[in-house]
Amino acid sequence: MSNLIQLIENTAQIVENTWLTVQLPASQVEARKQAGKVVLFKLTGEETVTETQIADTVIPATGKVIVPLSVFIARKDTLLPRIENGEIGVWLDTHELLADLVTIQPDLNALPIIAVHVERFADGRIFSLGTLLRTRYGFENELRATGDVLRDQLFFLKRSGFSSFLLRADRSAVEALASLNDFTAPYQGAVDEPRPVFSRYNRAS
Amino acid sequence: MYKYDKLDQQIVNERVAQYRDQTRRYLAGELSEEEFRPLRLQNGLYIQRHAPMFRIAVPYGMLSSKQLHKLADLANKYDKDYGHFSTRQNLQLNWPKLEDVPEMLAELATVEMHAIQTSGNCIRNITTDQFAGIAPDEVIDPRAMAEIMRQWSTFHPEFALLPRKFKIAVSGTKQDRAIVQAHDIGMEFYTDAAGKLAIKVWVGGGLGRTPILGSVIREHLEWQHALTYCEAIIRVYNLHGRRDNAYKARIKILVKALGIEEFKAQVEAEWAHLKDAPNTITEAELARVGKHFEAMPYENIAANDAGFDADTASNPAFAAWVKRCVHAHKQAGYRAITLSLKPHGKAPGDATSAQMHTVADLAAQYSFGELRVSHEQNLILADVKLSDLLAVWEKARAAGLATPNIGLLTDIICCPGGDFCSLANAKSIPIAEAIQMQFDNLDYLHDIGEIELNISGCMNACGHHHVGHIGILGVDKDSAEFYQVSIGGKQGNDASIGAVIGPSFAADEMPSVIQKLIDVYIKERTDEERFIDTVRRLGVAPFKAYVYAKEEAAV
Repeated sequence: MSNLIQLIENTAQIVENTWLTVQLPASQVEARKQAGKVVLFKLTGEETVTETQIADTVIPATGKVIVPLSVFIARKDTLLPRIENGEIGVWLDTHELLADLVTIQPDLNALPIIAVHVERFADGRIFSLGTLLRTRYGFENELRATGDVLRDQLFFLKRSGFSSFLLRADRSAVEALASLNDFTAPYQGAVDEPRPVFSRYNRAS
Repeated sequence: MYKYDKLDQQIVNERVAQYRDQTRRYLAGELSEEEFRPLRLQNGLYIQRHAPMFRIAVPYGMLSSKQLHKLADLANKYDKDYGHFSTRQNLQLNWPKLEDVPEMLAELATVEMHAIQTSGNCIRNITTDQFAGIAPDEVIDPRAMAEIMRQWSTFHPEFALLPRKFKIAVSGTKQDRAIVQAHDIGMEFYTDAAGKLAIKVWVGGGLGRTPILGSVIREHLEWQHALTYCEAIIRVYNLHGRRDNAYKARIKILVKALGIEEFKAQVEAEWAHLKDAPNTITEAELARVGKHFEAMPYENIAANDAGFDADTASNPAFAAWVKRCVHAHKQAGYRAITLSLKPHGKAPGDATSAQMHTVADLAAQYSFGELRVSHEQNLILADVKLSDLLAVWEKARAAGLATPNIGLLTDIICCPGGDFCSLANAKSIPIAEAIQMQFDNLDYLHDIGEIELNISGCMNACGHHHVGHIGILGVDKDSAEFYQVSIGGKQGNDASIGAVIGPSFAADEMPSVIQKLIDVYIKERTDEERFIDTVRRLGVAPFKAYVYAKEEAAV
């Protein structure tokens, strides 16, 4: 059974995954941690993708594929015909910069799908990234959460603008569906409902 | 105080159902320890040294009689018949069963209470001045804004999993009593030159392992932008705060790394997009919430009461209590009173179920059915008539709640420490008790005068030791418990971080160390000086010299 939940016309459904995610090959060089070293925007110590990794990444010649941001940046020219065909999506890690994506691809809506990969459940950067993609950069197509995606994030992911959720392989999408409706009338405005509760209801009475 | 409408109640009820299911999945093995951890933490449930610790939210410290009765009942039914009021104005129960928590939440929901975001890496309970709404020096009652911010921060999807915990304090007085400079965001409300409600915004303050006082990120923010401006700050933090090292993950580290100017530039750039977004607060919403915090239906009574004057003149014990525990009120003929949870020789901030029931009854009978929890871990009845003070004192005294030590040396602010907390390096409660017994003489205490002593059992600084006039920090030295002493810390507008006086001490040395610090003060003080003033005038040196004198002589 598929582990992909998608919001279609605001209704959550379990659907087949029609996209293949292209992975980076494992890095051969030792990761350079930047912890303790203060660099603007690079305080978190994640591994950076190496040139070799980018060069060694294999993109299948046909079909719908989601490619890593670093590979997309390096090979956009050769991917152009397929982008026009609607066969190319992009995925990024939570520590990667949306500015890099927008610089190489100003028209985000030429991409049918953008995926954000969350390495660990507790990494809440994914919520800001989703929010920014929807509100700042006007992305309107499928926005997918992948990686350590568990049912207890789904409500927040949905509110942050995500429209599909690829649950971690060992979890049931059927059970997770219920969590999308944990709260009926949330307080604050967010991507899915920009108006806060005080603008949606007459609470004066 | 704020009363739930059906939308508030629905959210709390849905939370109970959600957490009940999360607990069920955990107990059924469907959620791993690691996966359940952030879920239970965001519901206030820690796994502690002996048992789980459950922290119940008391938003900005406000409680009704009915709520306090319920808390007392919960402590009795699910715990060991007492609770601990914390420096975040919340209530902690130290011995509940993990399996019982969903049911406890269900009971709390019946009195408009919850444990949402009382722990975990999210926006925590918003705190404020315990005298909000009644303080004579108040410019703005910050409680309506605190409630609006509570609602906005509750399950805010973008900020559900921050790099680290996030604490906001609001204040509306000339004399800050909410330590806004020691918070991730501090909001100081004031009336601007145009007569409008405005906010001075502080960011990047915090205690913990790296104590830093906040920086002003904006001198003037119009009130309606409070939420969107916070969103800009927290978004920059959420995206760029460190996540690789929990000790370097607070916003203060990011602010310090970038510098306040660069951090501010990033926040302002973000806010340019968010300003006037739908989360901008409307006049109507402020008015709606503000209605819940209107002045109590006070009686029109004289500023003085002959009976009260006679009682203070004839009853020295009552007079001593009035001097320390009764506070000015903006309404003529009314006073606020502090019920001390710091009787000598007991754990600071603890209250038994019976005491909670007593306080709830006192609030119902004498103070419009409401009370507050202070960040100094005492309970406040905010609106008591002068003519009722004697009756309140007699009942409070009978319940052990009238120790006349508020603001004095034994009004110790103290975390639960190594007796309960699994993070602690050292015990803190026995140190507090030993110091209280060392100074168990009320005349002497009054002579020493106003002083704040704070104790934390580890560098997480729940006891706010950095801003204590005397701060005590439990440290681990070769697996033994030792205590580091600092002096010169202070909360308030002229906040400062204390300076460590020297090598740490064993537990049994602590009462005499404090005694020596006090001896130096008594010897050196001028007529009008409080302890903190003398420390600021003389510096650490004379205190250090005297405290360590004997040891050096012995070498």
